[in-house]
Amino acid sequence: MSANEKREELFKRWLSPEGVKFVNEKSEKAYKERVTRIKDAIEMKKPDRVPVFPIIGFFPAYYVGLTPYDMMYDYEKLTFAFKKYVLDFEPDAHGGAIGPGPGKFFEILDYKLYAWPGHGVPKESSYQCIEGEYMKADEYDILIEDPTYFFLTVYFPRIFGALEPFKKLPRFTNVQEMYGAFTPASFVPFGLPDVQAALKAVMEAGNEALKWIGYVVAWDKEIASLGFPNFFGGGTKAPFDTLGDTLRGTRGIMLDMYRNKDKLLQAVEVVTPLMIKMGASAAKMNGNPIVFIPLHKGADGFMSTKQFETFYWPTLKKLILGLIDEGCVPFLWAEGGYGSRLEIIKDLPKGKTLWGFDQTDMRKVKEVLGDVACIGGNVPTALLQVGSPKDVEKYVKNLIEVAGEGGGFIVMNGAVIDQAKPENVKAMIEATKKYGVYK
Amino acid sequence: MGKPEDLVNALADLKEEEALKLVKEMLDAGEDPFKIMEYIRRGMEIVGNRFANSEYFISDLIYAGEILKAITALIKPKLAKGAEAKKLGKIIIGTVAGDIHDIGKDIVVFMLEVNGFEVYDLGVDVPPEKFVEKIKETGAPVVGLSGFLTIAFDSMKQTVEAIKKAGLRDKVKIMIGGGQITEEVRRYVGADAYGKDAMEAVALAKKWMGVK
Repeated sequence: MSANEKREELFKRWLSPEGVKFVNEKSEKAYKERVTRIKDAIEMKKPDRVPVFPIIGFFPAYYVGLTPYDMMYDYEKLTFAFKKYVLDFEPDAHGGAIGPGPGKFFEILDYKLYAWPGHGVPKESSYQCIEGEYMKADEYDILIEDPTYFFLTVYFPRIFGALEPFKKLPRFTNVQEMYGAFTPASFVPFGLPDVQAALKAVMEAGNEALKWIGYVVAWDKEIASLGFPNFFGGGTKAPFDTLGDTLRGTRGIMLDMYRNKDKLLQAVEVVTPLMIKMGASAAKMNGNPIVFIPLHKGADGFMSTKQFETFYWPTLKKLILGLIDEGCVPFLWAEGGYGSRLEIIKDLPKGKTLWGFDQTDMRKVKEVLGDVACIGGNVPTALLQVGSPKDVEKYVKNLIEVAGEGGGFIVMNGAVIDQAKPENVKAMIEATKKYGVYK
Repeated sequence: MGKPEDLVNALADLKEEEALKLVKEMLDAGEDPFKIMEYIRRGMEIVGNRFANSEYFISDLIYAGEILKAITALIKPKLAKGAEAKKLGKIIIGTVAGDIHDIGKDIVVFMLEVNGFEVYDLGVDVPPEKFVEKIKETGAPVVGLSGFLTIAFDSMKQTVEAIKKAGLRDKVKIMIGGGQITEEVRRYVGADAYGKDAMEAVALAKKWMGVK
């Protein structure tokens, strides 16, 4: 199949989701209208109106009077809050109930990479990354040579306290022939008590993940049956962020651009095909082409244009093109400002990507990217939290005028919504429905 | 021995090896460590100016910070205690309760320090009482509240209220900053000003302390 055929196939599966029985004709019609509206916008056609998709973090918890902690530790509460959000606000799409993740799972593994509600941050707070060098500056070669070996035996022991004994695991590629020194010797670590305890933790964590995903998947199907599609088919990361966010950390990756240039460039190349597979396989499994890619370290101010063109963009572009080849729609989520990158990122095939912006001037975005990609975003989280519904309505109306002309536009917020005034989120959705109709 | 200007320029241009070599040479030649510190301050000032002019970026500042750390480690043992250079004024800074992001805060601290301020960095997830205690302890006239998450808006508001309750509100100027901070948020929080970037923090501190 060609890339376009693969993509049409994925869109078709999204339009008629497997295993979903719509509650009635009305909900089926609404579901299909919503998916079609989003598809048309992505393909830079003019839909019936501008779609609206608020990108939600822990907002549903606060909305129903619960906490992020509740979302992570009580799956009944999770699905209740997220369902109430979708049904009360009626957005064109939702992002699933998968974001919060299972708290107990992280406890079993003694996860070190994040602080989460009730575990390093208050129960009322969202989870937050703990910056650190989870990969050392002199470990590039191990990663480059065999990323899986690096993750399993170096990275896992650092980010999961319970998997510390994985340091002792062998290289699985040593498993050759019947000769004792090759195959049986490779299995010796699995006999050690601490490794076995770690494997038990893996199984226990697996049980919890399975229990949790059951709720999340059932929720998804139920919400689809009521007429609301999930926006996301999968997710992946820009290769530079893969290295920079949770391996080397912000400080580490920034220093590597000066001190470890060649290794860094090699490493981002090595992880690129892995990141393509990460996004494409999820999209295929879920039957939805949209692959979410949050962009972090390449934002305005983080690095120079030359550094962006050297370290960030080449592998991000490869990732985007690789996903397009697999029939996916890369959804780039450009957090912070991206004004200085627009002229660079416009070098992409037309109508194949979706870009969400945070604090970038949308007039300029429309001007530069308007004939290349579907755009959206920019409704400020600050406005949603401390502004009034009137302010929000005015903002959205103006945004549609500036960036919505001719189609290829989706109303979205600029950064993930946790605490926001419900009446403001409502105003964002209602204003789109009011002012976003194409004639 | 290299000339002072060579060191200033090596630092300004982020030439790590050259800067370290020059400092070692100067120390070996018996140069007054306080004079070397002054050259370093001048070099870092240029770094700060280039950042303010968008010639330098966060990547450059982080690198400059690393170079500075390495050089300070060389010089510190040679500096006589108590002979600290005079500072422009005291500032308390921290990421507010419930938020553990520190990259933005650290950049602001760096910029304030290279501009000559004495910064009390309270770290991350700082409860309101801690800010209040530190104001009482140091008498610092400026407080900077940092936050990346939207939950920080409420924490900032609570911190300002705690300062008010302690009867200290008219003794300090409060600035806030972070990825999602806007003028609306400033009003909501009850701060005196907000800054879009680290240079605005420096400008505000200078203005409030009457530094030209």
